Amino acid sequence: MWSTSGPGVSVPPGALDCWVFLSCLEVLQRIEGCCDRAQIDSNIAHTVGLWSYATEKLKSLGYLCGLVSEKGPNSEDLNRTVDLLAGLGAERPETANTAQSPYKKLKEALSSVEAFEKHYLDLSHATIEMYTSIGRIRSAKFVGKDLAEFYMRKKAPQKAEIYLQGALKNYLAEGWALPITHTRKQLAECQKHLGQIENYLQTSSLLASDCHLTEEERKHFCQEILDFASQPSDSPGHKIVLPMHSFAQLRDLHFDPSNAVVHVGGVLSIEITMYSQMPVPVHVEQIVVNVHFSIEKNSYRKTAEWLTKHKMANGIINFPPETAPFPVSQNSLPALELYEMFERSPSDNSLNTTGIICRNVHMLLRRQESSSSLEMPSGVALEEGPHVLRCSLVTLEPGANKITFRTQAKEPGTYTLRQLCASVGSVWFVLPHIYPIVQYDVYSQEPQLHVEPLADSLLAGIPQKVKFTVTTGHYTIKNGDSLQLSNAEAMLFLCPVESRAVVYSNTREQSSDAALRIQSSDKVTSISLPTAPAYHVIEFELEVLSLPSAPALGGESDMLGTPEPHRKHKDKQKTGHCMVTTDHKVSIDCPWSIYSTVIALTFSVPFRTTHALLSSGTRKYVQVCVENLSELDFQLSDSYLVDTRDSTDLQLVPLNTQSQQHIHSQQSLFFVWELTWTEEPPPPLHCRFSVGFSPASEEQLSVSLKPYTYEFQVENFFTLYNVKAEISPPSGMEYCRTGSLCSLEVLITRLSDLLEVDKDEALTESDEHFSTKLMYEVVDNSSNWAVCGKSCGVISMPVAAQATHRVHMEVMPLFAGYLPLPDVKLFKYLPHHSAHSSQLDADSWIENDSLSVDKHGDEPPDSSSLKSRGSMQSVCSGEHKGLPMPRLQALPAGQVFNSSSGTQVLVIPSQDDHVLEVSVT
Amino acid sequence: MAVCVAVIAKENYPLYIRSTPTENELKFHYMVHTSLDVVDEKISAMGKALVDQRELYLGLLYPTEDYKVYGYVTNSKVKFVMVVDSSNTALRDNEIRSMFRKLHNSYTDVMCNPFYNPGDRIQSRAFDNMVTSMMIQVC
Repeated sequence: MWSTSGPGVSVPPGALDCWVFLSCLEVLQRIEGCCDRAQIDSNIAHTVGLWSYATEKLKSLGYLCGLVSEKGPNSEDLNRTVDLLAGLGAERPETANTAQSPYKKLKEALSSVEAFEKHYLDLSHATIEMYTSIGRIRSAKFVGKDLAEFYMRKKAPQKAEIYLQGALKNYLAEGWALPITHTRKQLAECQKHLGQIENYLQTSSLLASDCHLTEEERKHFCQEILDFASQPSDSPGHKIVLPMHSFAQLRDLHFDPSNAVVHVGGVLSIEITMYSQMPVPVHVEQIVVNVHFSIEKNSYRKTAEWLTKHKMANGIINFPPETAPFPVSQNSLPALELYEMFERSPSDNSLNTTGIICRNVHMLLRRQESSSSLEMPSGVALEEGPHVLRCSLVTLEPGANKITFRTQAKEPGTYTLRQLCASVGSVWFVLPHIYPIVQYDVYSQEPQLHVEPLADSLLAGIPQKVKFTVTTGHYTIKNGDSLQLSNAEAMLFLCPVESRAVVYSNTREQSSDAALRIQSSDKVTSISLPTAPAYHVIEFELEVLSLPSAPALGGESDMLGTPEPHRKHKDKQKTGHCMVTTDHKVSIDCPWSIYSTVIALTFSVPFRTTHALLSSGTRKYVQVCVENLSELDFQLSDSYLVDTRDSTDLQLVPLNTQSQQHIHSQQSLFFVWELTWTEEPPPPLHCRFSVGFSPASEEQLSVSLKPYTYEFQVENFFTLYNVKAEISPPSGMEYCRTGSLCSLEVLITRLSDLLEVDKDEALTESDEHFSTKLMYEVVDNSSNWAVCGKSCGVISMPVAAQATHRVHMEVMPLFAGYLPLPDVKLFKYLPHHSAHSSQLDADSWIENDSLSVDKHGDEPPDSSSLKSRGSMQSVCSGEHKGLPMPRLQALPAGQVFNSSSGTQVLVIPSQDDHVLEVSVT
Repeated sequence: MAVCVAVIAKENYPLYIRSTPTENELKFHYMVHTSLDVVDEKISAMGKALVDQRELYLGLLYPTEDYKVYGYVTNSKVKFVMVVDSSNTALRDNEIRSMFRKLHNSYTDVMCNPFYNPGDRIQSRAFDNMVTSMMIQVC
């Protein structure tokens, strides 16, 4: 149907075009003649092809006949035109009389330049309009491009530009590389004619980087830019700002130091890789990075700790390939960075909401924006700021180029790299935003001193290592700078002979090490620091020794029943196995500050000591238990127990055989002394236990260690009463039997005459005879015995040696076997009327009491520390006043000796008992 | 017999476009690009039809003086455009149809390649060979 290149027929050039043109118009006219306007409009899709074809043919006829040029047709063109017009022949009679016919139109169009222009424009506009009305934008743009070409021929570039821009936008949006390049080339010419320098240079730069052009064409456009740039500018300082991406692309960026953190005065170098898109080497006068500076206050990022702890993997930041003009489409968008998100309610941690968040949504949005403004040179603004990184006189070779910026850090803060500009003469290529965000930090730091133990906790009494860390910050350690440590009273700094200080740079590279010189006097230990530049770290280790501070408690222990540390131990025992701690404060004068740094070191006492008084009849033994609470093993040696009063009446005979003993972690060791006396009754014993100790692991210690001491007091240990219990089988029987009553006989014997300790409220005097009231109680905690009848009673005990009181009661064994005897407890029975006197005597009463258990007051007597003793006293006395009841007071442990404790009685099962009870506990 | 074969993504950018090396490449680019107007028109007209009845072959898009442009659209809106010489009158609609089917199969193979990122330009040698075979077949 459309084929016009029929074989065998030779026609002059243009004749077929004329024929096609006429045919198209004839058909269209015929259609117009038989349809109304609405029908035509609805069928544009079918007719527009003919319109377009006719336009095309008219265009080619115009070019053929020299009608599309500035000068008009030459003689050859005119000859050709005459031939064509002659070939048309005469108009056919049916249309000859009409004003408008395709024949007339063609004839007229070919007759003059002006007429051709009119007809061609009419046709083109009509075609474009039709295409646009049915949504065939691409076709409309294509016809528009032809029109632009026509205008360019007619030297009317201002009219051509709009068509070229429209077409180019369309091709860019859909990413058609070859049409883009071709249209751009046309546009460049148009812009050149129009004198749009900036636009022309930008288009040129795009074309120079366009790989679809030949090398020569690219060089030509590149040269256009360079020529312009080298021209002396008529207005100096005028800059032509062009986008960077067509000129060169930022590929990666590398910081040195790699964590991008430098101290004030430090040198930072930034190496960037720029990939030049130009076909020839370009001499760039300077490359400038605009930097935005912001002060971030209290930023942890800028401290030396952060610096040493956080290290970026390599300090290299890669930039995603910058949007090349092709293809501007979805595939050039970065991948979505999606993350799960959970939001939990703060109260019960239950899941409230969950979702997916896109971390780089700003980037996706940014891209769309920039792609639409790709051809807008005005979109790029040159930022001016006080902070710039500069690199001058660089030649960018085609391809990758490495450019290094060096800067010395000045003000502390965060510096964000914003714009990258490259200047070639008056032409500036600008990358308006550097993305991803690149920043470096400059910090300034005050010098600091840290003292920390090497182990988890410091143990008192043995040398322990502590690490000193001096962060020099902005201070430079000069020769002769030293740390002045004012010695704490009970803590020593030991100076190992070969201690060395190591100086590290702030990237933890060891830069030097030096021997440490330490001078000690009574008050001050002076450590001279090695010289170190600013922003370095000096580290060294020293040993500290905390001396046991026991002697300070001497005065108190006289007054109180038990020494203070002991009390503390008992308190701690309730909460768990904690070590007693002591804090030592050291004040250190640093050369960089007029203020002293106070450092508190906490030492834990590795041992816990308890003591006990053991009796065997009238013989007495003192037992000291040392428990190792620490993680270390110790060697204990030279244990002593000495009477601090140094009374000649008392002697302590050690029963410990080994002089050296090993105590493992969490182990206890017992020491026993027998207490003998020459005079009765013996005075109270104030004694001090001391034992030398040293860590078992260390062979040789540089210092002699002070022994561990423990002071305590034992009173009223002289045995006053002997309690003897005896169970005898019922009469006539050989053994006790379960279920049958046996008799329990308790024998309470007074062993001494009236003593000082007996003088209390319970003592009554009649006829030179003294007696005291005692209460006994038979208790069987293990439920082996059932006590029948009264299990307790009050007896009046004559205060005289060998006075004996005998108590009978009935008990029934509940089980068979060797049963231990029930316990017999003895209390002092204080009458109620003594309330007044007890208050007077409260101090002494409480003092006695603290060693033993108070039966009356329900609260344990030593649940309180020294401070609360007063309040407890008032509680007790208040009770005395309000309740006139007799009080019971337990006798001190040493005063009663139960001679039958530990004895057992054989109970055999009753014969008629067929039930065998087995209790497994 | 085909002088230009193009595969165009859903978003109308070319995934693959190849024309006979003897001819002006640019001309075919413009031609294929312009034909997308008709493809869009046909697709939107076809949109109402049921999916399973949808004809993937779009038929002749438009004729020019020297060439005929045929279109084909996959269910995922990827377009195939083929330009054939008008002088080749021996070419029937059925043959065009089978060529498109071949193209579609080959394209599916490309998509099945796990190393191919959907949306990237097609750089498969197998696909290339198939297109070459279609372009030299009769000539």
